[in-house]
Amino acid sequence: MRNVHKIMKRCILIGLMAAMVVTPLTARSAESLGKRIILKNGMVLLLSEKHEIPMVSVSMAIKAGSVAEPVEKPGLASLTASLLTQGTAKRTASQISREIDFVGGSLSVSGGADYASAGLRILKKDINIGFDLLSDVLMHPAFDQKEIDRKVKETLASIQQQKEEPSVIAGEAFTRAVFGQHPYGRTNEDVAAFLPNLLRQDIVEFYSRCYGPNNVIIAVVGDVNEKEVVSLLDEQFKGWKPVNGGIPARQTPPAIGAVTVKKMDKNITQANIAIGHLGITRENPDYYSVMIMNYILGGGGFSSRLMDNIRDNRGLAYDVHSTFSAQKDAGSFRIWMQTKSESANESIDEIFKEVRRIRVEPVSEKELADAKAYLTGSFPLRMDTYAKIAGMLTAIEVYDLGLDYPRKYPALINAVTREDILRVAKKYLDPDHMVIIVLGNQEKIKLKY
Amino acid sequence: MMRIKESLMVVLLLLFLSTLGFGQDMKVTETMLPNGLKVLLKEEHKSPVVTFQIWYRVGSRNERLGKTGMSHLLEHMMFKGSKKYGPKQFSQVVQRNGGNDNAFTGKNYTAYFENFAADRLEIAMDLESDRMQNLLLDPKAFLSERDVVKEERRMRYEDDPTNTMVEQMMATAFSAHPYQWPVIGWMADIGNISRDDLYDHYRTYYAPDNATIVIVGDFDTKKVLTLVRKYFGSIPRGPEVPKVGAVEPKQLGEKRVIVKQEAELPAIYAGYKVPTIKHPDAYALNVLQGILSSGKSSRLYKGLVYEKQIALYAGGDYDDVSADPNLFYVFAGVMPGKTTEEVEKAIYAEIEKLKNEQVTDEELQKAKNQAEAGFVMSQDSVFYQAMLLGQYETVANWKLFGQYLDGIRAVKKEDVQRVAKTYFVEENRTVGILVPVKK
Repeated sequence: MRNVHKIMKRCILIGLMAAMVVTPLTARSAESLGKRIILKNGMVLLLSEKHEIPMVSVSMAIKAGSVAEPVEKPGLASLTASLLTQGTAKRTASQISREIDFVGGSLSVSGGADYASAGLRILKKDINIGFDLLSDVLMHPAFDQKEIDRKVKETLASIQQQKEEPSVIAGEAFTRAVFGQHPYGRTNEDVAAFLPNLLRQDIVEFYSRCYGPNNVIIAVVGDVNEKEVVSLLDEQFKGWKPVNGGIPARQTPPAIGAVTVKKMDKNITQANIAIGHLGITRENPDYYSVMIMNYILGGGGFSSRLMDNIRDNRGLAYDVHSTFSAQKDAGSFRIWMQTKSESANESIDEIFKEVRRIRVEPVSEKELADAKAYLTGSFPLRMDTYAKIAGMLTAIEVYDLGLDYPRKYPALINAVTREDILRVAKKYLDPDHMVIIVLGNQEKIKLKY
Repeated sequence: MMRIKESLMVVLLLLFLSTLGFGQDMKVTETMLPNGLKVLLKEEHKSPVVTFQIWYRVGSRNERLGKTGMSHLLEHMMFKGSKKYGPKQFSQVVQRNGGNDNAFTGKNYTAYFENFAADRLEIAMDLESDRMQNLLLDPKAFLSERDVVKEERRMRYEDDPTNTMVEQMMATAFSAHPYQWPVIGWMADIGNISRDDLYDHYRTYYAPDNATIVIVGDFDTKKVLTLVRKYFGSIPRGPEVPKVGAVEPKQLGEKRVIVKQEAELPAIYAGYKVPTIKHPDAYALNVLQGILSSGKSSRLYKGLVYEKQIALYAGGDYDDVSADPNLFYVFAGVMPGKTTEEVEKAIYAEIEKLKNEQVTDEELQKAKNQAEAGFVMSQDSVFYQAMLLGQYETVANWKLFGQYLDGIRAVKKEDVQRVAKTYFVEENRTVGILVPVKK
């Protein structure tokens, strides 16, 4: 069922994972998560050999996210990524899907903000087919006009359909308000306005500028050995030419002068509420303190203050959580919830109370200890599948965390004090300069903000 | 905790793993405690984690109109305090130990799980054995949690036009069987459920002889079995569980339901009543499902989305791990500028093709390869392995798993054609259509 996907995503988001959005990984593991190898063509390979299951999981990050696209061509990066699997010099789109489906594997390329990503999952016995497909789609995409037209049409239809999803509409409004014209602020609306004018030449140019070995990280986890995988990758990606890359200058997100309210009317039963402002970068030295602070505020699932207050005590929402999305540039800090129209005001009151409280009162010793215990103790769960390990290896390379990051992690977490939490709450939460998006039946919501 | 709700989550996992079965050598240790508690243990040492799951044989199937949604609401209350672990403590204890916990309710089961680093497994047993016997069901917490579930229903159904349509489609498909109502319950019914209703529900169904524990991960079977006995061995059996006697009569003609809701694009879901995994036809139906809707080379995607470009999405799903016969449904979202009629016709054309012509050798082999690969890849996740064992055991028998791949391997082209002809007939079909309106 189509909607199932959405629901699952939600559940992952609202649960403890919310805290993890800003936590690539944590503690308690072997010395090193894998090995870093520079391939002949300059690609960075991160390899973790795991021989328990005869399969291989591959995750790639390519510096071809929306930050790399020209400002006036929103959606170009994402469209380019999705077109890679739609035909190459020697394979049609149908041949690609037939080949990967036939061996029960999966192959995908998709867009992102800082990076585009590619993934491959395949049985060990089929790795030659898998890497042949992967290198073919990355190195020799055809960008057939018919495929471009098809993908544009599909994307526009998908954008139209998302207009019936309250969480998407409210989320888009939030994104626009917080990021303005910064690339993290690209909305469906921008993309829908541009796509009809997209030319094949735009795609070819973007591809030629961004897709090359020096712009790529590849993490391979599974039943392979170093010699085998290095020679396979050297062979498969032979002759791939380096690219100039380059990221256009980005506009700074707008300053939020005061509490800014945006009411959006829709005939639904709940108010969909998004509150927040700009957050931090992954490189920010306060990252770990902010992560723990957010865990206590609204990132820590049922242990968070927002959940305790708004769901557990008041029964006002099924889901309420907060997230700092830390990336290359500053991401957002966002609190998110839905509640029946009549409870919107009370819920927003409580959200602001909690935000103000964590800025003036130190968190309790127990709250801090619990947060640390969770963040350090849940580490094994964050690398319990090949795919999760591959994702972590990629994050380690992207943010230069070091392959011994798992070993260092507990110390980074355990060094955070209550004073740190108070300091970062004051510094990175600003209730007087927040965006408030409220989507729903405004007549019933009667927003007092 | 999200009390994820609904077979919806399960359906999703099945979409991921629809091709997955467990080979013959499942390395599962099965034990029945004297109090009737079934325990399935599977050691998996590839990473230092463990999943503990407890599956109760109760879901919306065991409810009645006027009080639908009881199983799901009870699932929520299971996080609101028991004797040893009072209000707010449950998830805090889990998280303090670096664990993740949650639960989900379906038509045939309610399941709870804790995922931990391997050395914390005992905590899950302490928590689950306490709330199996000693749930507080505090009246004030009950009222508040009932409101939470109403919010959940608003989010998932009231404000989601496609889900509303699918809910109506199910309600139309079944006239005499409890599968007709949603797992979350009808909105008015949720409001009708009292604290005492839940207490009765709890006392009736939450007992060792109506549950299965599944543990998969990095542990020693002998030691863990001792622990299971320590925590659960002395819990007395429950009362006899009321039998669900409902049998859906044979459908005598197509049923249709039109749902008019504020929406952007039309959608269509067509469900055919089919047997469960307990029936030998399930293998051929699973192969058919693979050919029809697994991957971008599948017939529905390739035909409707890629070639004709009349659908934004298209697929099929077979609800086979079910206590009673459920639906095999095919679905599609209509592209802007295309009509529901042409999409519906195109879906049926694909179905007719399955009836009139044998599938190709390549398609058959692909479906089988997907099943084999799915089996191997499933071993990467202790959680999914436990989930499937629990699901199979709760509706039938986990050993059916062991036969799954062999069953799939034995399917012939004639079998696929035969099951298509048998079940995919108009009289056996219920169609739901979402008609967008502007309010």
